Amino acid sequence: MNILEVRRLKKYYATQKAVDDLSFSLASGSIFGLLGPNGAGKTTLIRMITGIFFPDEGEIIFDGRPFNPVSDILQIGYMPEERGLYKKMKIGEQAVYLAQLKGLSKSEATRKVKEWFVRFEMQSWWNKKVEDLSKGMSQKLQFVTTVLHEPKLIILDEPFSGLDPVNANLIKDEIYRLAQNGATIIFSTHRMEQVEEICDHIILVNKGTKILDGTVKAVRQQFKEHLFRISLEEIPAGIESPAFDILRQEDHSLVVRIRETHKPNDVLQYFLSRQQNVTGFQEILPSLNEIFIRLVEGTPLSRKFEKITA
Amino acid sequence: MNKIWIVAQREFTSRVRKKTFLLSTILLPLFIFVFYALMIYFSVNGSDDVRIAVVDKANLFGDSIKSDKELQFKFLNDETEGSIRTKVKNKEYSGYIYVPGSTSLETDSLQVRAEKTLGLMTREKIEKRVSSRLKEKRLLSLPAITQKQIDSAQRDVGIKVTPLEGNEKKDKSAVSYAVGFASGFLIYIILFIYGTMVMRGVMEEKVSRIAEVIVSSVKPFQLMMGKILGIGAVGLVQFLIWIVLVSVLMALLPVLMPGVDPQQAMQQVPGNGMAQAQQSGVAVFMTHLSEINFPLLISCFIFYFLGGYLLYSSLFAAVGSSVNEDPQDAQSLLLPVTMPIVFSFVIMMKAVNDPTSGLAVFGSLFPLSSPIVMMARLAHGIPSGVTITELLLSMLFLILGFMLTTWVAAKIYRTGILLYGKKVTWKEMWKWAFRKN
Repeated sequence: MNILEVRRLKKYYATQKAVDDLSFSLASGSIFGLLGPNGAGKTTLIRMITGIFFPDEGEIIFDGRPFNPVSDILQIGYMPEERGLYKKMKIGEQAVYLAQLKGLSKSEATRKVKEWFVRFEMQSWWNKKVEDLSKGMSQKLQFVTTVLHEPKLIILDEPFSGLDPVNANLIKDEIYRLAQNGATIIFSTHRMEQVEEICDHIILVNKGTKILDGTVKAVRQQFKEHLFRISLEEIPAGIESPAFDILRQEDHSLVVRIRETHKPNDVLQYFLSRQQNVTGFQEILPSLNEIFIRLVEGTPLSRKFEKITA
Repeated sequence: MNKIWIVAQREFTSRVRKKTFLLSTILLPLFIFVFYALMIYFSVNGSDDVRIAVVDKANLFGDSIKSDKELQFKFLNDETEGSIRTKVKNKEYSGYIYVPGSTSLETDSLQVRAEKTLGLMTREKIEKRVSSRLKEKRLLSLPAITQKQIDSAQRDVGIKVTPLEGNEKKDKSAVSYAVGFASGFLIYIILFIYGTMVMRGVMEEKVSRIAEVIVSSVKPFQLMMGKILGIGAVGLVQFLIWIVLVSVLMALLPVLMPGVDPQQAMQQVPGNGMAQAQQSGVAVFMTHLSEINFPLLISCFIFYFLGGYLLYSSLFAAVGSSVNEDPQDAQSLLLPVTMPIVFSFVIMMKAVNDPTSGLAVFGSLFPLSSPIVMMARLAHGIPSGVTITELLLSMLFLILGFMLTTWVAAKIYRTGILLYGKKVTWKEMWKWAFRKN
């Protein structure tokens, strides 16, 4: 069951194709990474999914029905990259207010806010003002206000920026828990190591179009370069084999690329047959970071402003 | 609708609970009251009683110059200039007038010597009384003129200006002028105060980056309307409190300061000769004030207050949404919004004098200026200031105008509120307002 399906979505601005014919679908309960360089159209895409912008063309199917901004927005929690809170407002009241805007009654909102404040050990914050909080603290508060109304779809844009590792882990655990409870999470970031760690499924967007779509595992497999690291007790001189090339030598290990039609076993066989003691053998898969750079590099990084005739 | 209500509630409560709101709402009327009370107090008791010794060797005054509690003339014709001087030095008198025996009635200079400089008011009073007594004596010195004849010749003539039509009703243009100007001016101030409050609220949301968070649960239009309505409610409450406080304090004034009647006090400020005219002036003012149709005026005031506020605040909101961190940008973007307000103020000043002139009629119908100009015309009453058709038309236009500006402003607002780091021009705002979807 897909919580969200985006079909051939288009949004053109006067000088740019912000989102150009983009389609993807999102399984319920998954953690989804939306990646892309700056200005790729991620924010525009998210704003269409959250009902802030209307698409020029294409359709958004939310929970099996065409997306209705007025009612479906209550099922979405969105933490934008440009985020903030009312500085002069008391924290408890602010959280209740934001929950009320998501359609909760005042008493229900108050109860939920209290629950979450206990979970995040924020009870003592209730009567403080946002301007009294550190950046990390207000980030935590922002996260709470985003997920408070138990949305089916949670969209987090750079959720860990400004958080220390302890608080980042706290949020990360919360994200896992929410996903287990059936919420779907869209996770937009430039930080690839976080994506690798958290996301099940990613798409990579560049210049408004999708250039990559798949699970993290499949994507890494897709871009593998047949690189292996073999560790040896002693590295012999004059290694030469039709099965592989040596790319570089580190102490006690070699990085090799296996030639086409050959297998990893051929590498092992080569060393074993020469009475070498192999202490480790491991495939090197490209990190998402490398894939990202490889795909985006070469295309002009910053968009050009041009006249669009749509 | 429900969400507009939630937003408006927050805007209202967060402002009403601020200390500055309490201070400005309670302190301002108190301040006005204290100022008013002090003014009356000083005008009544502020001037010390002045006693002037007159040594009239030439018997110019016939031993009498009009005296009262505050200014007394005492005739000591036997004193010499030297002895009177010491008496003034000993503070028995505030000053003296020495008229040498050789002085005739035709003199045009007399000298008042005082131990310290006398106040402007007192000096004027002395001068007036001495010269009027001198004038009287001169007239009396003419052959065959009696005091009675002089009195009857000096009587003032009451001049009344009445309109050609409108039965025996007295002319009330001065009162209408005052009331019209005051209410027009109030609306002018309201538009500025609460308009900028809306603008700053929008800027706060943009600068603190909460706009996008809110807009993901509320339509931009709802957010804008909620803010406008919430702040409008703050304005209404503030005004009601001011009106109640000021009128309560004014009613308390005679109780708090026994013996001081503000009406009496006002008469005593200028010279005695004018008091007569002033008294009748105040009385006339009061009766005219009671002739103005206050229920109509107040209900129209509230209508134009709300209409004008709604019309302009959405424009202020649109400007606020287009401004970035730099508040300086606001200045240039604000100009097209504030210009019509200032212009309507100018038209209002003309309309209050001549409520049926072409400019006044236009100004009171055109929605951008009608809230201010119509108040000036309304003070002259229906139908002498404004016809009922014009009033209804003006109200209709104001409602239409308000819907139009809100519609346009909402479109600018929607785009502007999410746009960061870009300096916006009016040309761009125009484009946002009139493009499709």
